[in-house]
Amino acid sequence: MKFRTVLLLILAAALLVPATPSTAQEPVELRITWYDDGNESVVLRDLLDRFEAENPDIRIVIDVVPYTAILENLPLQLEAGEGPDIARVTDLGGLARYYLDMRPYLSDPDYWEENLGPYLTWLRLPGDDEGIYGLQNQLTVTGMYINRTLFEQAGVDVPSDTQEQVSWETWGEACKAVADALGPDVFGFAMDRSGHRFAGPAISMGAQYFDENGHPMVTDEGYRAMAELFVRWHQDGTALVDVWAATPGYVGANEDYANGRLACYMSGSWQVQQFTNTIGDAFDWEVVPFPCGPAGCTGLPGGAAVVAIKDTQHPEEVVRVMEYLAQEDVLREFHARTLFIPAHAGVAMSGVPFETDLDLARAALEQWSSMVPQIMPLAVRLQGYPYNRIVFDASRDRLAQVIVGELTLDEAIQRTQEDIDQRLAELEG
Amino acid sequence: MSHTPRSAPIAKRAQLQPGDLGHLVKSVFLGAYNALMVGLELVINPLQRLVGARRMAYFFLLPNMIIFGVFVLFPMLLNFYYSGTTGTRLMPQDRTWAGLANYEHLFRCGNFSQPNTCVEDMFWRAAHNTVVFVMFQVGGMVLLALVTAVILNREIVARGFFRSVYFYPVLLSPVVVGLIWKWILQRFGLLNAVLTGLGGEPIQFLLDRDWATFWVILVSIWAQMGFYTLILLAGLQSIPAVLYEAGEIDGANVWQRFRFITLPLLMPTLFVVLVLALIRAVQVFDQVFVLTGGGPGTATKYMVQYIYETGFANQIPRRGLASAASVLLGMVLLVFTLAQLWLGRKSEAA
Repeated sequence: MKFRTVLLLILAAALLVPATPSTAQEPVELRITWYDDGNESVVLRDLLDRFEAENPDIRIVIDVVPYTAILENLPLQLEAGEGPDIARVTDLGGLARYYLDMRPYLSDPDYWEENLGPYLTWLRLPGDDEGIYGLQNQLTVTGMYINRTLFEQAGVDVPSDTQEQVSWETWGEACKAVADALGPDVFGFAMDRSGHRFAGPAISMGAQYFDENGHPMVTDEGYRAMAELFVRWHQDGTALVDVWAATPGYVGANEDYANGRLACYMSGSWQVQQFTNTIGDAFDWEVVPFPCGPAGCTGLPGGAAVVAIKDTQHPEEVVRVMEYLAQEDVLREFHARTLFIPAHAGVAMSGVPFETDLDLARAALEQWSSMVPQIMPLAVRLQGYPYNRIVFDASRDRLAQVIVGELTLDEAIQRTQEDIDQRLAELEG
Repeated sequence: MSHTPRSAPIAKRAQLQPGDLGHLVKSVFLGAYNALMVGLELVINPLQRLVGARRMAYFFLLPNMIIFGVFVLFPMLLNFYYSGTTGTRLMPQDRTWAGLANYEHLFRCGNFSQPNTCVEDMFWRAAHNTVVFVMFQVGGMVLLALVTAVILNREIVARGFFRSVYFYPVLLSPVVVGLIWKWILQRFGLLNAVLTGLGGEPIQFLLDRDWATFWVILVSIWAQMGFYTLILLAGLQSIPAVLYEAGEIDGANVWQRFRFITLPLLMPTLFVVLVLALIRAVQVFDQVFVLTGGGPGTATKYMVQYIYETGFANQIPRRGLASAASVLLGMVLLVFTLAQLWLGRKSEAA
């Protein structure tokens, strides 16, 4: 009898426990989908730990995924309404329809307009002049690295040491001369397999990328001139064929450069943090001024933004996190530790104390920062075009076919234009 | 009124000896088993009384049919619907109906043997590549698997060891196979290290169209051959030895015994192997995607990769077009399968 009473009491207690309301409210959980170029997720975690300590009602989980998942899986998740609350994206305008307009929730929208104004437009759909959708916390510039050690070993002068403006042709010859002098394991040049990387050089050669109606276009002489040069480099042994010929989608040539196999490497400012760790001072790596063409000298701006997602169940909490991440001191620390160039005007004006003891990295960051004002307006316009990835991807895939001999350059340019037109039509359909 | 006997417990209650753990475990399991049987009877007996014994088959098939319906039939029907739609939205209700426009787009072509004359040239490049791959991979693999099975069926030294060796690659994941061979074949890979070590020139195996196609086929044969060898070996072992003895007595040589005894009796197994290999070859994707990525250029881009890239990897996914391509691929597979089954039945009848 006594045992039965005790058992009943235990059972009653067990039933009551889950039903008793918790005195402390469960924190709201937010998920961030993130990719890493270097150490960004580690820095972000540190920053968010501090945020969580001050805001116990919010808990943030960072899902670090490969970059290809950002390009291929995230859009699908967003379309299905199963995306995260916040995401780090590089297809800034292409995913704009999934972003949350934070303006109604922001305590001070003017702060965002004043400090991030030009970059807010990159996150908007055409016709939208008001929405604030995210924080551009990484400004990138495309341009060229050289391996000065290889130039010295080959006895080849670095053209930019003696000339203020160096043409693409001159760079091509110099890079090839290094490879020719040092044997079969060294290559003159490589460019990341990306239409975005190709666009800066093409604009410098005179490519317009838009017709008079604002429709994307690649059939002009400037585009052809760069495409011709680029294909020739792959055929005459200047460029490492493996990157563009052998693989689909985006491929970086960063590992070949870090392994000391490339004299010249066309990539961008985001590589600095990685090269600081992977190369260090193993050889002299440096950034050279934008190579030039008849139309000018430019790279393409770009970068990543942290955006709020429209389907979130917790818009107010999301905006609190975004406001925290956009604070000047928080951003400054983020940039100092990740070695990324800031987009935020206030941070850029006051300077970033980049946390590196490596002189090569400091010099590279200074060089990249000094090149930002030289970016041509057309390059900024192309970067701001919401569907620029259609143009970039079509350029990349069709040029690769020319490099391996599947298409002539004429056919490739015609096909690129058709691909762009078809995909834009699909978008309207 | 039907009589439904209660099933007896399958074993007598175990006699638990003090300290005997084995008996304890046994009795617990038997108890649980008997309880489960009693529980099933409580469900099944009334159900059988309700629907009758004949219709109980449908009840037992139901779980499988539900899984088939949800994971196979429904996505297949959805795919048909998608193939008739256009636009970039994911949800079916958000998509625009376009009828046969996607199929028309795929078939708009000046000359089907020259992909460059087709509007959707990538589809036709992938189709051409797939045909070449299927012909050489399936043909080569079935032939090699047959030869290997015949050899492994003989009394050779270390037969068990060789059977394991040939089967081992089948155990590897296609991604692992792709990676291993990539390390071997790439510019600074193992094979080129050997070649240059022997004083030769390195060969760009993955950057030359013909070499890449050759290696993709060879690696695929290497990875899958063991499975088909095993099936053929089982087929060979089911042929009665007495037939060979009779053949020998009649003076048939080795080739004649193979041609007139082994091959006809192995034919049904061979057809199964052929159908399975054909279906798998047409579906080739993961291994090649890791090994060559479809390159150089589009030299090793096959149909499934085309469908994947068109439907998922591009910034503006063309899901309607990708679905139409997959419907066409499915139809080709269906035709192949039906043809092989028809041939198989014809052969059995003969």
